Amino acid sequence: MRSAHLVGTILTLGLAIGLGGCGQKTETADGAQVVRVGSVAPLTGPQAHLGKDNENGARLAVEEINARGLTLGGRPVRLELIGEDDQADPKTATIVAQKLVDSGVAAVIGHLNSGTTIPASKYYHDANIPQISPSATAIAYTAQGYRNAFRVMANDEQQGRVLGEYAVRTMGARRIAIIDDRTAYGQGLADEFEKAARAAGGEVVAREYTHDRATDFTAILTSIKGKNPDLVFFGGMDPQAGPMAQQMKRLGLAARLLGGDGMQNLNFIKLAGDAAEGVTASSPGLPLEAMPGGPDFKRRFEAKYGPIQVYAPYAYDAVMVLVEAMRRADSHEPAKVLAELPKTDLQGVTGHIRFDAKGDTEGGAVTLYQVKNGAWAMLETVK
Amino acid sequence: MLDLLRRPRTRSQARAALILLAVLLALLPFLTEAALGRSWVRVLDFALLYVILALGLNIVVGYAGLLDLGYVAFYALGAYLYAWLASPHFGLHLPFWAVLPLGAALAGVFGVLLGAPTLRLRGDYLAIVTLGFGEIIRIFMNNLNAPVNITNGPQGINLIDPVHVAGLSFGKTQQVLGLTLSSAHFYYYLFLAFTLATIFIAYRLQDSRIGRAWVAIREDEVAAAAMGIDTRNVKLLAFAMGALFGGLAGGLFAAFQGFISPESFNLWESILILCMIVLGGMGHIPGVILGALLLTVLPEALRYLGDWQRLVLGEVLVEPTDLRMLLFGAALVLMMIYRPEGLIPSRQRKREFHAEDGVLEQEQASLYDTRT
Amino acid sequence: MDIFIQQLINGLVLGSIYALVALGYTMVYGILELINFAHGEVTMIGAMVALAVIGAIAGSALDLPGLLVVLAGVLVAIPACMLLGFTIEKVAYRPLRRAPRLAPLITAIGVSIVLQNSAMLIWGRQYVSFPPLIPQNSHEILGAHITDLQIFIILLSTLIMAGLWLLVQQSTLGRAMRATAQSKEVAALMGVNVDRVISATFLIGSALAAIAGVMVSAYYGLAHYYMGFMLGLKAFSAAVLGGIGNIAGAMLGGLLLGVIEALGAGYIGDLTGGFLGSHYQDVFAFFVLILVLVFRPSGLLGERVASRA
Repeated sequence: MRSAHLVGTILTLGLAIGLGGCGQKTETADGAQVVRVGSVAPLTGPQAHLGKDNENGARLAVEEINARGLTLGGRPVRLELIGEDDQADPKTATIVAQKLVDSGVAAVIGHLNSGTTIPASKYYHDANIPQISPSATAIAYTAQGYRNAFRVMANDEQQGRVLGEYAVRTMGARRIAIIDDRTAYGQGLADEFEKAARAAGGEVVAREYTHDRATDFTAILTSIKGKNPDLVFFGGMDPQAGPMAQQMKRLGLAARLLGGDGMQNLNFIKLAGDAAEGVTASSPGLPLEAMPGGPDFKRRFEAKYGPIQVYAPYAYDAVMVLVEAMRRADSHEPAKVLAELPKTDLQGVTGHIRFDAKGDTEGGAVTLYQVKNGAWAMLETVK
Repeated sequence: MLDLLRRPRTRSQARAALILLAVLLALLPFLTEAALGRSWVRVLDFALLYVILALGLNIVVGYAGLLDLGYVAFYALGAYLYAWLASPHFGLHLPFWAVLPLGAALAGVFGVLLGAPTLRLRGDYLAIVTLGFGEIIRIFMNNLNAPVNITNGPQGINLIDPVHVAGLSFGKTQQVLGLTLSSAHFYYYLFLAFTLATIFIAYRLQDSRIGRAWVAIREDEVAAAAMGIDTRNVKLLAFAMGALFGGLAGGLFAAFQGFISPESFNLWESILILCMIVLGGMGHIPGVILGALLLTVLPEALRYLGDWQRLVLGEVLVEPTDLRMLLFGAALVLMMIYRPEGLIPSRQRKREFHAEDGVLEQEQASLYDTRT
Repeated sequence: MDIFIQQLINGLVLGSIYALVALGYTMVYGILELINFAHGEVTMIGAMVALAVIGAIAGSALDLPGLLVVLAGVLVAIPACMLLGFTIEKVAYRPLRRAPRLAPLITAIGVSIVLQNSAMLIWGRQYVSFPPLIPQNSHEILGAHITDLQIFIILLSTLIMAGLWLLVQQSTLGRAMRATAQSKEVAALMGVNVDRVISATFLIGSALAAIAGVMVSAYYGLAHYYMGFMLGLKAFSAAVLGGIGNIAGAMLGGLLLGVIEALGAGYIGDLTGGFLGSHYQDVFAFFVLILVLVFRPSGLLGERVASRA
């Protein structure tokens, strides 16, 4: 009896899933064709705030395009964003990737982490669907030789090099301590920074490590203090960088703190409090304020979703790059869009976007910022 | 149908049920793909993988009663060994039939290494030591990219060779005998074969001398020793056997994914596998299988919450991504309260649990107990 | 030398926080032999509730001194967490009191997931920052720095622990708790209301969790719906290190784990000639834990577990 019950439950579950799948429409009431675009990022777990930010960035772009109206091949088209949660887990990422491929998405904006972007890219590649990651920075992602893989964010090598040279040449750092958070992002950036800083003549006096859920850095900072550095570089995100800045101050560690795009955001200033003052960090592309339409984007985004976490503008640009390619191809068919994507030449809100042969942003500028009077102020843009 | 399998009235009925089941399992990926899409074939693949893992952990926790929270370490070892021996990382490309046994063996050795110092520990002390062991392995995998690059650190190892059988690569979609088979289909059959073998071995172990020795240790270690059971070796064997399956599953995972990184082998995986066996019915093979299937399918099924809302309510009230894990947690709580002994407990456990008899009741209270 | 003292201070502060959370684990374990996996999440809720209150007051026209605002946050967080702990026990653990040992462990994990995701829905996915209400006066001792807040954390933890120890050793409730821990049946026969004692345990443990949660978020300047997981894990390890079920053990285990981590992160590189760096900090901590348990299988202060006979 009981097992019959069980079989029944499983069948019902299957049916419900199947029915759910049938609920999707391919046309809107007014006859526009529905084109689905996937957006994948961790929406639960410790990085959910970043994931939701990515999705919101993509969503804003989709809504704006729909409001403006998009016509492809003579037919009105309505974009529909399918947001999925990959939980920052590589296994879940591949299931989600296959699910999106199954549901016939025209393209995918994602994923957020390098560790999920890389395994998922295989499935988009097999299905020949364009994938544009707004935030994965690992070099390996575009080094796989996939012609459908793009990113609108500078990779670790590009940003690490700029930061390393800037630290030594402009900031005049001689004795450098490096901390990374042992994530693909933090470690990749810190390694590239170290290479560039050494090449520029800086001395790395300490290499310390933490993890991406840590809040206490006093032990490694104390140990760094003993080595007397004049600059501390952190490869990681704002939830760690904020307390780290505070603890540096508390311990009387006088070195300057430098970091990458993971901490160049409002949240860092909030978390670090008055210890944020004077901290320097970079961000790929140009400052939103300096971009045509940048401040406007910021206003629209924040009116709708609250403050930008980190990568929302990149996700927004990723959708814009995609739609521009669709317009040029006059089609949403992946194969035709893929033929157009390499020719991208778009003035986005994060900068001027062009792709190189691998799908990385070409000659992307990196801008350096410093916290002055409780806000990020632009220092300079390095090409 | 399951009833028929369990209590067939005649021999021919039993045979018919078995054939029906075999046909169903063989057709399952095609039916699934047609009804739900290919992503669900992937979910099936992972479900099978977790059946192997859960059955492996069941040997340690379910049979021998040793609470192991670091099981994922063996999974990681199997996966990394596969990646080392069959990827461009070291430039080695050994075939899977050579690598998989090596991975299982390596995990087995580590199982003994973990088991040896923990023999004196019981219950929750053992749990925390095994948890520490799992974290230690993960931290090493995450950091051994310098001074010598062994694991490639947090960046993970990419482009791992897929399984090749008779010149057929499982990594690509291909036409075989007129059928279009995707990578997910190939691995379904491969995993199914390994799952069936695992189930077979698990049953044989359960009914063997060793299996009875494990249960004896679980129920009362002192009495077991008094009956002449070499508790030390038998416990070590439980760790080794459990680890073996973990390592095997790890190798299969690496080949299937083509990319591995340390974030796949965190503590949460160990907890999830433990949930599978406790939820299904600890120590009871059909229960463990059901638990593994349920906990793999449920989070994926909950992705359709938005569609269901649209279907029933006409609009999406709550974002499915907001609710998915919340409902998963609630389901864990409810299922455990509804059936504390597991969804399909063994007959013995069920009797113990619903005992009116005071002696039996006391016995079950001290199951997996550390105190007198 | 000043670096060593600084590391010791770092470790003691971290350890005091671990110890305070570890108490919640150890109390519940002592009585129910249950790993209350959701305890870390209760700590998180404490921090979140307090921050919501603090944010509301700071955002209003009231111009209260900073410490008073924090105190108001704590005073709301404590009953909120007590209610939560009480409910968790009632809903998720009580029905399973006679179930196999591992069943309540799974519900505890389930409750943990539910609390995390509920907090995510209520307070959002962002990291919440703790407003700078507490003055950060720094003192110098032998070249090492210590702030008022750090001194306060160490003192408060010690006081709470001493109070708890007195409660368990001297009060009627404490006696009833110890009796229940020994044997629920016999305690009940002696007129102890076992259900009430268990509820009381959860109430006290949750109140401590609330205090710990506020302390953590004030000290590190942030709170996040996921913060309970790592904290809970470390605190649980500390409780086991000290001997789970033993209140003094939780204190000792917490402080030791904090110091081990600080010294590990600070010196492991020098000890291994640079081969292992601070990324092996947790390996070092777990290694010490395993070593201790191998030689003392029931923790430093835990009672000898008698073999079943």
